[in-house]
Amino acid sequence: MSVLVYAEHDNESLKTETNKLVHAALGVSTDIVVLVAGSGCAAIAEAAAKISGVSKVLLADNTVYEHQLPENIAELVVEVAADYSHVFAAATTTGKNFMPRVAALLDVAQISDIIKVEAADTFVRPIYAGNAIATVQSSDSKIIVTVRAASFDAAENDGNASVEILDTVKTSEKSSYVSAELTVSERPELTAADVIISGGRGMQNGDNFALLNGIADKLGAAIGASRAAVDAGFVPNDMQVGQTGKIVAPQLYIAVGISGAIQHLAGMKDSKVIVAINKDEEAPIFSVADYGLVGDLFDVLPQLEAAL
Amino acid sequence: MKILVPVKRAVDYNVKVRVKPDNSGVDLNNVKMAINPFCEIAIEEAIRLKEKGVATEVVVISIGDKACQEQIRTGLALGADRGIHIETDAGVVIDSLQVAKLLQKIVEAEKPDLVILGKQAIDSDNNQTGQMLAALTGMPQGTFASEVLVADGTVNVTREIDGGLQTVKLQLPAVVTTDLRLNEPRYASLPNIMKAKRKPIDVKPVADFGVDMTSKVTVIKVEAPAQRVGGVKVADVAELVHKLKNEAKVIS
Repeated sequence: MSVLVYAEHDNESLKTETNKLVHAALGVSTDIVVLVAGSGCAAIAEAAAKISGVSKVLLADNTVYEHQLPENIAELVVEVAADYSHVFAAATTTGKNFMPRVAALLDVAQISDIIKVEAADTFVRPIYAGNAIATVQSSDSKIIVTVRAASFDAAENDGNASVEILDTVKTSEKSSYVSAELTVSERPELTAADVIISGGRGMQNGDNFALLNGIADKLGAAIGASRAAVDAGFVPNDMQVGQTGKIVAPQLYIAVGISGAIQHLAGMKDSKVIVAINKDEEAPIFSVADYGLVGDLFDVLPQLEAAL
Repeated sequence: MKILVPVKRAVDYNVKVRVKPDNSGVDLNNVKMAINPFCEIAIEEAIRLKEKGVATEVVVISIGDKACQEQIRTGLALGADRGIHIETDAGVVIDSLQVAKLLQKIVEAEKPDLVILGKQAIDSDNNQTGQMLAALTGMPQGTFASEVLVADGTVNVTREIDGGLQTVKLQLPAVVTTDLRLNEPRYASLPNIMKAKRKPIDVKPVADFGVDMTSKVTVIKVEAPAQRVGGVKVADVAELVHKLKNEAKVIS
């Protein structure tokens, strides 16, 4: 058995999700090959070659792969996958986008969003927004999996694999990249942060999210939000933590003015330590919080910033 | 322009599901069912495109036992023109690939210019069907859409991606899957609910499609998630910071 791991990156840097994918893949086989597809991404391949447990890195470096459009990435992965029993990609918006295409083109099922590898053909995944946990077994000829990276430890970076260049070029005339509007932030990304502070409807408006900035700066934290805060238009959707947003598992998660809807809990309940700050002492968030502070967030946040 | 909107009957999003005592699955007896929320957004988007004069016909399709005709009727009440029901036996679970293969046959027969689907169903949480359908039919895809603009045989789809938004241009016919912020679905009015009863639903037995319905993925068990035990309430910020530093040791 051998696993092809699709590297998560943005042509600038290799994302830690890749290390976590490799760690997850080690549950299947010790023969792990990483595929890096992108443009101007030779340095990414070098970085992937350093991940412990990786035996080889394949580099498909071409302008056609710059934006990792699913139409051509899926064709590339299908071709490369011929030599492997498994393909793993992160359950990010990139992996979720192209992997089902890969599965369909190979005429096999996809197992989405796994949180545990039980055996080479058996995986654990949440369903119903994490209200149930299913263990599923695949009898497909090739096993296509997306991995919830937050559920796995990251493989170390003390490897020394070789990099092999692929000259396969897959293009599609049917889709093209137009533009991107990326949130510019000095802060860590939500899915990679050790500390996250999130605001909910209790923040009252988007401007009040600034109250979280000072605390986030002091803790090196990412800033997130509940779906209620996103739906109310306080903050953009890419800050959303929850079933339909990002799934996170930081060392410390601070929920501010968040009641704790199932939707939100599904996205953060695997955090190591959860702190809840809410003025409603009956809020469901307190039933999952390690430390709860009942109080008005507009009093508590400035005090917390000063105390850190 | 014709738009096809596949929809799924799923547990109502307000229902907190329970795992069956024998761990064979989730207990769906006497549980309120509804149209999957992302599918509702897909219908709304199709109806808006029709109201703008971009689309001329909206066809809603669902796969399942007789009960899923309720969800097709909901789609018709919201403004879709007609329905297609691919009927299976009650209690049959079909996976995303099989759904995509059945939809592929419908796409070949109906030749829609745009297929709009929800990005995922809130029961199986797979997030696969739209992408699989696109691959099987050779269509380009715009997943997790927050904006859809149709012009001159193409569609520009703005997508919710990790870190922000991305816009892609797709040649029609194309597949679009919906994210939360695409629109806010309307409620069906009573006159429209009455009118929907007279709109046609074409019922086709699943056996007519020649798609292999045996799944290669077996559910071994379904369990309730490990419960997180609530901790302690702290009196003030000073106590909180003290505990985070000395007890939990997550800040220094």
